[in-house]
Amino acid sequence: MTIDMSQFYQVFFEESAELLEEMEHLLLELDVQNPGKDALNAIFRTAHSIKGGSATFGFNEITETTHILESLLDKLRNDELQLRIEMVDVFLKAVDVIKVQLAGRQFESEVDAEVVAAICLRLNQLAQGTPAEAVAAQPTAAVAPAPAAEPVPPPSPQPPAQSAELVDPALENLFAILTGTAVAPEAESSASPASTEVAEPYGFYAELPPVDHPDNAAQATELAQPPTEAAPTRRVTDPPGIDKRRSNDRPDNEATSIRVGVEKVDQLINLVGELVITQAMLAQTASRVDAALYESLRTGLGQLEHNTRDLQESVMSIRMMPISFVFSRFPRVVRDLAGKLEKQVELKTVGEGTELDKGLIEKIADPLTHLVRNSLDHGVELPQKRLAAGKPATGTITLRAFHQGGNIVIEVGDDGAGLNREKIMAKARERGLAVSDTMSDQEVWLLIFEAGFSTADVVTAVSGRGVGMDVVKRNVHAMGGRVEIESALGVGTRISIRLPLTLAILDGMSVSVGQEIFIVPLTFITESLQPAKQDIRTIAGGGTVVHVRGDFLPVVALHEVLNIKSKVTDFEHGIMVIVESECSKSAMFVDNLLGQHQVVIKSLESNYRKVPGVSGATIMGDGKVALILDVDALVRTVSYDEAKSSV
Amino acid sequence: MAKCILAVDDSPSIRSMVCFTLKSAGYEVIEAVDGVDALNKAKAKAMDLVLTDQNMPHMDGLGLVRALRQLPAYRSSPILILTTESGADMKSQGKAAGATGWLVKPFDPHRLIEVVQKLLG
Repeated sequence: MTIDMSQFYQVFFEESAELLEEMEHLLLELDVQNPGKDALNAIFRTAHSIKGGSATFGFNEITETTHILESLLDKLRNDELQLRIEMVDVFLKAVDVIKVQLAGRQFESEVDAEVVAAICLRLNQLAQGTPAEAVAAQPTAAVAPAPAAEPVPPPSPQPPAQSAELVDPALENLFAILTGTAVAPEAESSASPASTEVAEPYGFYAELPPVDHPDNAAQATELAQPPTEAAPTRRVTDPPGIDKRRSNDRPDNEATSIRVGVEKVDQLINLVGELVITQAMLAQTASRVDAALYESLRTGLGQLEHNTRDLQESVMSIRMMPISFVFSRFPRVVRDLAGKLEKQVELKTVGEGTELDKGLIEKIADPLTHLVRNSLDHGVELPQKRLAAGKPATGTITLRAFHQGGNIVIEVGDDGAGLNREKIMAKARERGLAVSDTMSDQEVWLLIFEAGFSTADVVTAVSGRGVGMDVVKRNVHAMGGRVEIESALGVGTRISIRLPLTLAILDGMSVSVGQEIFIVPLTFITESLQPAKQDIRTIAGGGTVVHVRGDFLPVVALHEVLNIKSKVTDFEHGIMVIVESECSKSAMFVDNLLGQHQVVIKSLESNYRKVPGVSGATIMGDGKVALILDVDALVRTVSYDEAKSSV
Repeated sequence: MAKCILAVDDSPSIRSMVCFTLKSAGYEVIEAVDGVDALNKAKAKAMDLVLTDQNMPHMDGLGLVRALRQLPAYRSSPILILTTESGADMKSQGKAAGATGWLVKPFDPHRLIEVVQKLLG
């Protein structure tokens, strides 16, 4: 009977990813002057664990790399070598290499063998105390464990997992002689190189007693003692194979959590969403029946509403994860980039425990990374400049997250140079954007979100190409969020991203246009008003604007844009819903406001197809479908049309 | 009644593999994540065999072997250490701690079954 090992690969990949993250974290926290036994041991163990797993599952190239890493770490934890800062840099690079190797196995992606060989070489050099430059010119022959060329796979004296064969003792002997006093590949720290230890796969210290009943009985009676002698309580043992178990005697997270597939959670959220819709329908029906006659029914339904809301919150919270999952990558990013830019930067994180939906966590990572890189590149100044300005040489970048209302706010702040209003306006004029000196600071900052905009004097490999900020804004908007900028020249900049706490429900205003009902997300609405006839003007070339407190806002008449027959076509008889989208305000014209609701978002795309101007749908209390409007898209169509018609 | 084996390793993938392998050979398997966890589980239920990794947080393999040997129930029950080091050093440490034997990691699943059968039948 053969056992298929590939069923365990996924667990190994996940486990290794976590181990590598832990290793990186530990490395970044290391105090190079005084690392401490515990830290070094912990780092050693992560490498050792990955090595054990990769060897077991036959991922020999990963075993090789981690083995060399482990050996060096072993020397460090045994005080045979002194830790230096360049070692930490090499270790961090090794983490990256192992990540690539793992990905190679998991996704069959490309692995650059030269990069792998280079890091192995460097690790070996460090293990022997050889500086990089001294050996660089020479081929690897001088360094004992040469990659590739030798017939025997260099660093593993253990038998590989695949074959049950023992390593031929003669070959191992030969290898030991060839490598002389080679230190790195040896796992036997005390065995001399000339040791011809046969690699027996297993062994027993004493003659085994024959495995038959009399002995078993003897053992059995011994084992029968426990209840009286050892544990006073017997714990019910879970059926084997179920590793999901709630245990109260260990504070570790591992014993008190369960791994559940994301699809299961999403299914659960979907079902609860349906439940909420059904409950809303019942509530609406119940509101129309005779209150006195059906009092107990209505009371019961009221209770149902409470229970349903609680259930919904509870289920949503399953998908909530602390934002530390995203923040945790930044110490490394800041360290590497600050080093590259020769700047001194300290990263502060506040509110790491703030939770948000798992789906958002995945989507916020890239925009945040871009903002942090921007702060590093353009925000924080070079140390000399900072000192000259009376600032400390080390700049600070602060990542902060907190809940506010029904949102989560994530801030990226720096104490750097701040945004330069004049420069931005000049650049905007250069690019033909409408700019006026009376623009508020806020409006000027928003200019940097225009595609291709960058006032960077030098385009670096990191940023300055100007493709970043507009992508950030677009991504944040796609998540139903907003971006805000605060800045003061010479003092610093703070960019805030405001996101809804969940992707599944939405606070919206339902509006009527003709016979149809639409939902406008509340995050876009600033106010609603009924315009006076004289405030409505048409502009030459088509289009209408409405005068609101000194501003003229373009009107998006929904009945026109969405092609709906409506009785209300005179603007002064309907309602203008003032919406703020991207960077401009507009007025959406609707027949009437119906009310504010919390609605469950249903995907139109997965149930029908993608419809421009519509971001989703929901089912109202009366069972009818209401479309959720994509405010950005609708506003854009109007301005595009106007632009077209005015040419 | 099926023999019960306590498999101790801080690596979830190794645990899964060991658990699956031994179960497919007809044994019952309890998993533990380190020495402390293993000791608690060993006290709560009689194990016919303990299979433990060496490098683990909180309490390593040798520590576990020593602790188990203090318990009357496990004074002479089979305990195997899974070790990546086949050197004389590790072997003598294992012997000194009181282990019954050792098994070198990485191991072939069939070898694992072979060794366990030698000890348990």
